[in-house]
Amino acid sequence: MAGSGTAHLRGHDEMVLRVENLVMEFPAGHHQVVHAVSDVSFDIRRGETLGIVGESGCGKSTTARAIVQLPPPTSGRVVLDPGTDRETELTALVGEDLRQVRPRLQMIFQDPISSLNPRRRVRDIVGEGLHIWAEESDDERIRARVDEVLEAVGIDPTVAANRRPHEFSGGQCQRISIARAVVLEPEILICDEPVSALDVSVQAQILNLLEEMKLRYGLTLVFIGHDLSVVRNVSDRVIVMYLGKVCEVGGADALYSAPAHPYTRVLLASAPEPASTVDGSEAAIGDEIPSPMDPPSGCRFRTRCPRADDRCTTEEPILRTLDDDHFVACHYPTAAGPSGA
Amino acid sequence: MPADPNEHTTPSSRTAKYWRKESHVNVAHAARMAEPPAEPDADRAAPRRLGIIFWVAIGWILLVTTAAIVAPLLPIADPEQIGIGPRASGPTWDQWFGTDGNGRDMFSRTIWGARVSLMVGFFSIVAGFLVGGTMGIVSGYRRGWIDLVLGFVTYVMLSFPLLVLFLLVILLFGQGLWIVTGALSIVVIPSVARLARAITIVFAEREFVAAARLLGATNRRVMVREILPNVLIPMSALLLLGLGLTIVAEGGLAYLGLSVADGFSWGKMIQMGAGLRTLQTAPWVAFFPIGAMFLTVLSLNLAGDRLRQYFDIRELGIGSR
Repeated sequence: MAGSGTAHLRGHDEMVLRVENLVMEFPAGHHQVVHAVSDVSFDIRRGETLGIVGESGCGKSTTARAIVQLPPPTSGRVVLDPGTDRETELTALVGEDLRQVRPRLQMIFQDPISSLNPRRRVRDIVGEGLHIWAEESDDERIRARVDEVLEAVGIDPTVAANRRPHEFSGGQCQRISIARAVVLEPEILICDEPVSALDVSVQAQILNLLEEMKLRYGLTLVFIGHDLSVVRNVSDRVIVMYLGKVCEVGGADALYSAPAHPYTRVLLASAPEPASTVDGSEAAIGDEIPSPMDPPSGCRFRTRCPRADDRCTTEEPILRTLDDDHFVACHYPTAAGPSGA
Repeated sequence: MPADPNEHTTPSSRTAKYWRKESHVNVAHAARMAEPPAEPDADRAAPRRLGIIFWVAIGWILLVTTAAIVAPLLPIADPEQIGIGPRASGPTWDQWFGTDGNGRDMFSRTIWGARVSLMVGFFSIVAGFLVGGTMGIVSGYRRGWIDLVLGFVTYVMLSFPLLVLFLLVILLFGQGLWIVTGALSIVVIPSVARLARAITIVFAEREFVAAARLLGATNRRVMVREILPNVLIPMSALLLLGLGLTIVAEGGLAYLGLSVADGFSWGKMIQMGAGLRTLQTAPWVAFFPIGAMFLTVLSLNLAGDRLRQYFDIRELGIGSR
């Protein structure tokens, strides 16, 4: 694998966000560089939910952070409303210009406790965005709006608004985070493993709430996760990432029913689920994930891939069309049309 | 199912976390209901007490401070009036702390001496915290070149010899109350800045800071609204410890004749009573200001240290996650 390439980018119709050739590198000392994200491209249609899956360290959270410019990527473009006259290139903005655009994208984080300032009250946390952008002091309207949004996420404002975050459970903290994120009515909500730190029973509630918020506020969601079944359930389109690259992109159903990339097949086979579409024997995968400081040449997955040969060492596979809206970055994908080569 | 008072809190210990998981089942039943606990502070208050020593220390500090502030109103002798009693007499019913070589009332002088000592100590530590705290928060939040520059300034301040600094300041500006206070605050700034920076860095990495920036908060707003409240609590405990330090430092300077020229502080009184002959014939002249300073600084340290422990665990955000 190791998908560079832009074959999977769609036209500009209805696209709300486009990420082109995103690269994120961090200095690691001793003249070494961590290649966290290497040449990743994708686009998101308005109202769609895009899932990003992959194991820890594959660069999914870094991608999310780079989209919102916290911190800005090393190179690549992040464009809002691409191809329209409202087109805004986030990566070209700095300072006050960037601040003005920021509310259009909001984010929910994995750690519900760390997401909320322990010293502030729920009312101030949720109302912060409104206070920042309020023209003059219209406290009464902000108050009403905070109550409304808190109720929408299932928190009773009359009991909760004046409490501090440590008085709430993880699931409730995540609800408060969601309230804070939607209060400014963003266009895009990026959820960075929003349920990974929660109990299974609470996970479903939060996922339902996200779905509800999506409909209510007309959001476009980016949902990052490592739990395949969760990502499948919420996403329209899914991107599989490995070691900073895209392996496979496709509609959620197509990708899960006919995974073409060996890595996707491994991921699916590893999931402890009955009725897997992939034979369990494929779940065996050798070695640890290679270091992002020194990624393998050619296809980055080749060191663990059952099908790798010499070509994978020398030539990096480019994302190519497999089917209508199904793309894979592999020299030898499974069930891929006429031939694997 | 009995209502668990801790159901909605976030306990810090591992065992507590275990049954927190179970309590989520209850939450699931209650389906999307926010039911904050009946006694939100019940589990915190019980094992977390400041203790009797803390309150005794605070009592002494308040007593000394109040006496110093209202000294002009107290029915005590004029501290500068010579011959109010016999010269160099020990404690009596008329002069509780005895008199010095000029027959001045030592009790009154000890109270009046507290005025200069506490004032210089208090204002220098407050100024040091304001400047140092601002430097630390800006440096820890902004990082980059600002951090480098402020870090360099801190190092320079730390490596400058204290006495040389004071001699320089006094030679240039004289020995006014505010000059001495300012010079002392310079000594406080670098340590406060370093500490504030360290605490800031811990919080600046937390997601709520990223969330605030995404909402469009300016850097200044993030520092004031998100970082400052978290830095303030642990730092406020150190204010008391720092006050103890500045009072002692002022005493040392006064002993060397480098402190405030007008009036007198405990340090100056100690110096007056510390001549070899005075110590032999009238030890109380030095003893009472020494005792007052000792008890005050001890109290400040005990109270400050207790407060620091009290806030450390939860508020620094390291143990609580």
